[in-house]
Amino acid sequence: MTGSKQVLVVIPALNEAPRIGKVIEAVKKNLEHARILVVDDFSRDNTKQIAEDTGAMVLRHPFHLGYGATLQTGYKYALQQGYTGLVQLDADGQHVAAYLPRLLGPVKRGEADVVLGSRYAGVGHYEGPLFKKIGSLLFARLASLLARQRITDPTSGFRALSKKAIAICCADSFPTDFPDADTLVHLKRAGLTIMEIGVEMRASPDKPSMHHGLSQVYYVYKMFLSTLVVMTRGRAKKEN
Amino acid sequence: MPLVQRVMALAIGVGLMLLVVDLVRRRKLKEEYSVLWLLLGFTVLILAAWFPLVRFLGGFLHASTTATILFFGMIFLVFIALHYSVKISKLTQQVKELAQEVTLLKAEISKHGRSNG
Repeated sequence: MTGSKQVLVVIPALNEAPRIGKVIEAVKKNLEHARILVVDDFSRDNTKQIAEDTGAMVLRHPFHLGYGATLQTGYKYALQQGYTGLVQLDADGQHVAAYLPRLLGPVKRGEADVVLGSRYAGVGHYEGPLFKKIGSLLFARLASLLARQRITDPTSGFRALSKKAIAICCADSFPTDFPDADTLVHLKRAGLTIMEIGVEMRASPDKPSMHHGLSQVYYVYKMFLSTLVVMTRGRAKKEN
Repeated sequence: MPLVQRVMALAIGVGLMLLVVDLVRRRKLKEEYSVLWLLLGFTVLILAAWFPLVRFLGGFLHASTTATILFFGMIFLVFIALHYSVKISKLTQQVKELAQEVTLLKAEISKHGRSNG
């Protein structure tokens, strides 16, 4: 650990060359002093080069590991380097960087350990695919029930985390594929505070989503199983 | 059990055991993963060579002898498959952690390289 630092912006990326530059520029405009880390999950295009040229630090996996593992590499880096908080957003431009300061606020003030940017909390009007909307609604109900608080968008990857939350997310049990409702329930059971903030989100760009074809069916199965299994596991300990 | 079937079962048992030993010899199969397959080959051999055991197991389960053999064979294979699924899950986790470590170490090395150069 290299002393206590401020905030790290983690952007997991896979083949995002056409979009990553704009996302980094938007982050720089909205969070001037934050360090930007792009974790490249073995992109086949020049995502890494563009991210570096735009001023971000880049970590590149030696082969494709999955979205969850890519995020976790960022978490491990943040923990190792002593960052006190972290905010994550997707590299496809779906998340509006103007909301970054609002997401980070409660974490910086110690009011919350996890702040979720929710597209279904009354801000803006999200025009996403129907399957995604139904899935979000279904898992929002499940996560709310198990976490015993209202969660409207458990599938949102637009999040801010405190150091305690980062430490828990570095454990082996963190999913390598989709860290959504199951992770939130796990963090809540560990005694962490979860907060939601309404954000605008853009529809996914014209590239295949990570939820397509049979992977949508697997996602529903996996999320139900892992969310219910989280309830049977021991509670994770808070780490400072 | 007709003689032809017994001879075939014996041949399969012996063949499986020889194949497993040969795979270990050629370093295609690690010793620790050969145990269950050798055990399977040995079981087939014993059941084919000593038919009263099959009859006893069939009587114990109130099942016909053919169904008994199939039943035990399937149960055994299901457990072998499950055993390997657990192993693969563990290996996947280890590979992920190693890859993450390599990624973080490479970043650390290039940082030191920049500060020294």
